[in-house]
Amino acid sequence: MSQSVKDKVIGIIAEQAVLEVGDVSMDSTLEDLGIDSLGLVESIFAIEEAFDIQVPFNANDPSSSEFDISSVATIVTAIEGLVADQKA
Amino acid sequence: MKRVVITGQGTINALGHNVPDTLEAMREGRCGIGELDIRDVERLSIRIGGQVRGYTAEDHFNRQQIALFDRFTQFTLLAAREAVAQAGLAFSGELSQRSGVVLGTSGGGMNTLDENYRSVYEEGKNRVHPFVVPKLMNNAAASHVSMEFNLRGPSFTVATACASSNHAMGQAFNLIRSGMAPVMLTGGSESMLCFGGVKAWEGLRVMSKDACRPFSANRNGMVQGEGAAVFVFEEYEHAKARGADILAEVIGFAMTSDASDIVMPSKQGAARAISGAMRDAGLSPEAVGYINAHGTGTAANDKTECAAVVDVFGAHADRLMISSTKSMHGHLIGGTGAVELLACIMALRDGVIAPTIGYEEPDPECTLDVVPNEAREADVDVVLSNAFAFGGLNAVLALRKV
Repeated sequence: MSQSVKDKVIGIIAEQAVLEVGDVSMDSTLEDLGIDSLGLVESIFAIEEAFDIQVPFNANDPSSSEFDISSVATIVTAIEGLVADQKA
Repeated sequence: MKRVVITGQGTINALGHNVPDTLEAMREGRCGIGELDIRDVERLSIRIGGQVRGYTAEDHFNRQQIALFDRFTQFTLLAAREAVAQAGLAFSGELSQRSGVVLGTSGGGMNTLDENYRSVYEEGKNRVHPFVVPKLMNNAAASHVSMEFNLRGPSFTVATACASSNHAMGQAFNLIRSGMAPVMLTGGSESMLCFGGVKAWEGLRVMSKDACRPFSANRNGMVQGEGAAVFVFEEYEHAKARGADILAEVIGFAMTSDASDIVMPSKQGAARAISGAMRDAGLSPEAVGYINAHGTGTAANDKTECAAVVDVFGAHADRLMISSTKSMHGHLIGGTGAVELLACIMALRDGVIAPTIGYEEPDPECTLDVVPNEAREADVDVVLSNAFAFGGLNAVLALRKV
C-alpha cells in the first residue's frame, strides 16, 4: 500500500514536471524538476484529489509549512502520513 | 496640460459606511476584518474577510433598483452619492455632455453569478431572473453611476485585477489632463465575498486564516475585503472658478507590465511604475513623504514591493513612510486602490498617516518604516499609491497637497 502512495505521488509530480516517472528520483528537489510555485500548488491540488486528503500548505511561505517539500522523498513521506492518519 | 484636483470622495467598506467613519477607523488603527457571514461558510477553509456589516440594501434602494443592482453596484452608487454631494456638483448642459465615469472592478457582479449558478446547477432550476446579465456585467456600476448623475461623456470600466482602481483613476486623470473631460467620477468597487468568490481564492493557497499582517515576519497571506470608493476628479480651473473645496491634486500616474509571470510579482515592473509616476509628476525622490503600499500580506508581494521601493528611492527609502491599510479593510481586489486613496488624501489633508496594523515581528527583507500599528502625525506634501496586480499589471498614482 505504501508503495502505491509513493508511485501515485511520483506520477503526479512527473506529470507536473512533464517528465517520465523514471526521471523523478526520491532525492530530487522540486527546483531540480523545474516545478515553480504555481506548479507546486497545482501538484498539491492533484494529490489532495487523488487521495481525498487535506494537505496543510500555505504558498506564502512553503518552507515554514508543516508540510515538508524539500525533496520528493519528504513529500512522499508526508503524504503517506496524511493518508495513514485519514484511515486511522 | 491641465491640472487635476480631487473635490469629492465617498466610500463604503469594512471600516465604515462613509468617509468620516472610515478615516476615523484608520486613525485609530481599527481592524474591520472578522468572521465571514455568508451562505455555506462552513464549507470554506478561509472564514474571515473585511465584510461590509450592518448594511441593508432596502435602506438605500427600492425594489426595482435592487433587482438590477448587484452588491458591487450598490456599493459604488453609495460611494458616488457621498462624493458628488461633497463636490457640490450638478451635471447638466455641456458639463454633463463632457463629464464621465471610469471605474475599476475585477469580478463585477460576483454575488449575482454565485446566486444564479447555485440556482441552475445546485437547485436544478431551468429559469433565471431576466436581469442576470445587466446585473452581473462588469460595467454595470459605471453605467448606473452615469445614469444617476447624468454623466454623458467618456465612461467605461477597467478590469486589471488588483490594480483596477488605480488604472481607472489614472485614465480619469489623463482624460481631464488632456482636456477631454472637465470632471470625471472615478474609483472602484468589489464584492467578491460570496461562497464561489472565496472558494476560488482558497484554491491559490495564499489566503490567511487569521489576519492580514503586511510586512510582518509572521504574515501568512492576504484577506479579502469588499466595498467601494469613488472620487470626483476635476479640472483645476473649473474647481477654482466655482470655489470648490480642493482635497488634493493628482500630479502623476504611470503603468507598467511585468511581462513575466501570471501571479508572481516583479521588482523591476513595480519599480518602473513607481519611478514612472514620479517622472510624470516631475518629482525627485526626496519629495515623497508617504507611500500607500500595495502591501497584501503575502511574502511574494511584500518582499518584492520593499525591494522595488529601495531601488527607486535609494537612501530616501529609509526616511519615507509606507503603510498598508489592507491590514484594516482587507484586499478589495479591483476596488482596493480606491479605498486606499482615502488614506493618501488623509495624509495630505489631515497630516495623519494610516498605520499597518497587525504588525508583530520585523522582517529583515522589509525594513522600511511601515508605520506599525499606530497612526502617526506627519506633515507630508507628496504621496504615492501603489497597485500591483496578478498578471503583472502595475499602476501608481502621485498626489500632492493643495
